[in-house]
Amino acid sequence: MSKTGLDLSACQLADAIRDGELRAADVCGTFLEHIREQDPKLQAFVTVLEDDAMRQAESVDRDHSHAGAALLRGVPIALKDNLCTRGVPTTCSSKILEGFVPPYDATVVARLRGVTPFLGKTNLDEFAMGSSTENSALFETRNPHDPGCVPGGSSGGSAAAVASGMAPLALGSDTGGSIRQPAAFCGVVGLKPTYGRVSRYGLIAFASSLDQIGPFARTAEDAALLLDAIAGPDPRDATCLATAAPSCRAALSKPFEKLRVGLPREYFQEGLSAPVAQALAATRQSLQDLGCSMVDVSLPHTDYAVPTYYILAPAEASSNLARYDGVQYGLRAPAGNLIEQYLNTRSAGFGREVKRRIMLGTYALSSGYYDAYYLKALKVRRLIHDDFSKAFAQADVLLTPTTPTAAFRFGEKVSDPLQMYLSDIFTISANLAGLPALSFPCGMDGHLPIGAQLIGPALSEARLLRIVHEYQKDTNWHLRRPQSILRSPQKRKRTPGEAG
Amino acid sequence: MKYEPVIGLEVHVQLKTASKIFCSCSTEFGREPNLNTCPVCMGLPGSLPVLNRRAVDLAISAALALDCRISPFFKFDRKNYFYPDLPKAYQISQYDLPLATGGRLEISANGSSRNIDIERIHMEEDAGKLVHAEPGHGVPKGTSFVDYNRAGTPLIEIVSRPDLRSPAEAHAYLDALKHILRYLDVSDCNMEEGSLRCDANVSIRPAGETALGTRSELKNLNSFKFVEKAIEIEIERQTEVLESGGRVIQETRGYDSAKNTTHPQRSKEQAHDYRYFPEPDLPGFTVTPDQIERFRSALPELPAARRRRFQTKLGLPAYDAEVLTAESDTADYFEKVVGLGADPKKTSNFIMTELLFNLKTAGLPAGRSPVTPARLAELLKLQADGKISGKIAKDIFPAMFEKGVSAQEVLKDQKIELIADAGSLDEPIRQVISENPKAIEDLRAGKLTVLGFLVGQVMKKTRGQADPKIVPQELKKRLGI
Repeated sequence: MSKTGLDLSACQLADAIRDGELRAADVCGTFLEHIREQDPKLQAFVTVLEDDAMRQAESVDRDHSHAGAALLRGVPIALKDNLCTRGVPTTCSSKILEGFVPPYDATVVARLRGVTPFLGKTNLDEFAMGSSTENSALFETRNPHDPGCVPGGSSGGSAAAVASGMAPLALGSDTGGSIRQPAAFCGVVGLKPTYGRVSRYGLIAFASSLDQIGPFARTAEDAALLLDAIAGPDPRDATCLATAAPSCRAALSKPFEKLRVGLPREYFQEGLSAPVAQALAATRQSLQDLGCSMVDVSLPHTDYAVPTYYILAPAEASSNLARYDGVQYGLRAPAGNLIEQYLNTRSAGFGREVKRRIMLGTYALSSGYYDAYYLKALKVRRLIHDDFSKAFAQADVLLTPTTPTAAFRFGEKVSDPLQMYLSDIFTISANLAGLPALSFPCGMDGHLPIGAQLIGPALSEARLLRIVHEYQKDTNWHLRRPQSILRSPQKRKRTPGEAG
Repeated sequence: MKYEPVIGLEVHVQLKTASKIFCSCSTEFGREPNLNTCPVCMGLPGSLPVLNRRAVDLAISAALALDCRISPFFKFDRKNYFYPDLPKAYQISQYDLPLATGGRLEISANGSSRNIDIERIHMEEDAGKLVHAEPGHGVPKGTSFVDYNRAGTPLIEIVSRPDLRSPAEAHAYLDALKHILRYLDVSDCNMEEGSLRCDANVSIRPAGETALGTRSELKNLNSFKFVEKAIEIEIERQTEVLESGGRVIQETRGYDSAKNTTHPQRSKEQAHDYRYFPEPDLPGFTVTPDQIERFRSALPELPAARRRRFQTKLGLPAYDAEVLTAESDTADYFEKVVGLGADPKKTSNFIMTELLFNLKTAGLPAGRSPVTPARLAELLKLQADGKISGKIAKDIFPAMFEKGVSAQEVLKDQKIELIADAGSLDEPIRQVISENPKAIEDLRAGKLTVLGFLVGQVMKKTRGQADPKIVPQELKKRLGI
């Protein structure tokens, strides 16, 4: 298997393809075969692009004129199914986008097209709303480390694909933890970049002021390579930063600086499971061994992050999702008149969690409630942002758990939205403050991975990746493969009306 | 009881940009449905708006011309509502921090002029257009189509204070607004093509009362004339309601121009809750005082100021100044001719009578006149120097216009001789004096009325080429009177 690269990192694959040791088509073929084998059990992919991916890989092999131009040439990738792909259905794992085929590529997809063959589109919680991928209207994705556990969400498909070796790289999106939380549950590296570092053009919006696209990979180096390929100014996204950030991969080869690592005390209190607390303590020791110093810091408004998020994100979502009205594309339910068309289409097309958030957001923006909810939440968001500014005066990065526990079991939280919302308690603040944050594997709770999170000041992705790169030289948590991917029944299709 | 009408206007004006406000699609009018569209103006999932800076420039120019204060910081907001012509189910508009506030517009109605206060100007995107299928086109009855060509067209909404007091003033306000915006080339202000649309808020109150009455908002006003008529009929309706002891309710009313009536469309209770909130896809914009000054200094002189200057500096009568400044092209043309040394009043006369008539017939603006300002200046100089008569000047102008040639060329063509100087009048005058002794005698006796007769005789001898203004002077000089 090694000759076609399943066990190689994305960087090693890219080097081997560049040096002619491996053909991109062989690499792609191997991953597709692995998908054929594994995905019926894991259900990470909504769409597998067998022919497309092979065509792209073959064209990489044929065309050597760009050799060396793109570091990732020939390394196949999986894309979360809320990223628009020209000519390929993009579902957001929702019934309401049934039949929708975007006539254009998202900016990140356009930047990778012709470079990295697209293996397929991965499953997510409908419209990225959820923390377990159980809210997908299509099917559930399983955690490769334990098929009885969720992969996390909303980018559960992408995380599971990378963790199971079905893809060396994947893209996800993170609005409140949707990259980092599944990365932690599946034992891979997941990075949410600084708000504005990566163009959102073509990312189907959940909450515009919080959404960011970011990489999944097995190593920090691979994540750096992918971030470099997708980041940078985009004239199509007015919220995308106008200045190009320096290369993250180049930063990895620089000498390791001894950094001050802040430990926000609000992140190490009750609710943290013992294995997670132990894994974090060990991580802290590892970083100290690398020469980092630990600083106690405080983020006093942490308690308000979840409620603030659950005002702002649904408010924006209620408006962003209003366009799914059956007029232009996607599902249109039979109706006798216009109002019925709206009601029937949206009633049939959206799942329960999406409807819940649309209602929450509509309420928060309603006349008479705006000041008490939305405006207040905006003010608290500012305070949370200021908390971080103060903490970064004392520390270069912050170290926290990514999640309070390892992956939970199917059905464990889906019936209790509040419990589900609290699984993002450690990841939401970075979105509210627009900061880069990264989750990396740092231990195991039995056979389930545990993730640690690093949060840095704006545009400090290279610093975060540099730390994890150094950490991964001395540790092997990132090399733990799922023990066994157990036999499993056929794909479980959702029935309409089931919690989704 | 005597009632006083209180009227405020909300005017939507399409900015004259080549592309839409948030994407690069063309704004060209009248193209095949849905040809001017892209993922952004169709509101496809994942698409994002990017502000067209040209639209902001035009909006700022318009706001400055209307004496508004430009906000140092402005942002966009989402106005949420469902309608098939609104592809995103929200309109990107401006709510609490608009582009500009607090301006004024000078209007003239009923022979006097006064200022109407402007409350605010904000930018927004237009919606698409529903096209209802005609029966029998192979689609089910009641089928509607959507044309998104217009979706994303840049608009400014100009909201007046309720300062207007009559339907005629409302009409005058629209005239003045259109005048300025066309002058700035900010908009075509063409109501037929929808590049200017107007809603009117109308209420009445007992004369002398200062509190405002309950208003209705009139919609579907498709021409300036209809704006005036709809307000008129609405004032009558509200007066009748109050006279009969009823109460005016706050509502939106549509105007039916065929019946000349207004009818209820939507009551206050049915009003939308638009759930405005800041547009997260567009960062806010700052405008520095320096930038505002640059915009201000780049503004052309506005019609009212130019009109005043034409009167005070160039000595034109009010009427002339009004006519010449109605279009900036005409005023520019006039100033070029005067700049070449022509007398302002003589130039104004010639433009108002000869030039504008010919331009109108040819359907051309003054800027594209075949008779250039230089050629008109030359023609007027020939006349001023007495080398041709005013009559000749008028006679040869159509040929200059039609062939696009100079006065000299037409004169040569038509074999009209120049009156070289006053000396060439010597012989004709000598002949007329010797041929008309009786008239000369009367003239010397003080009977000035015969002067005209004698001038006519000289003109006849010169076959009309002598300058009728110079001939009497020369006659009198010869006779020593």
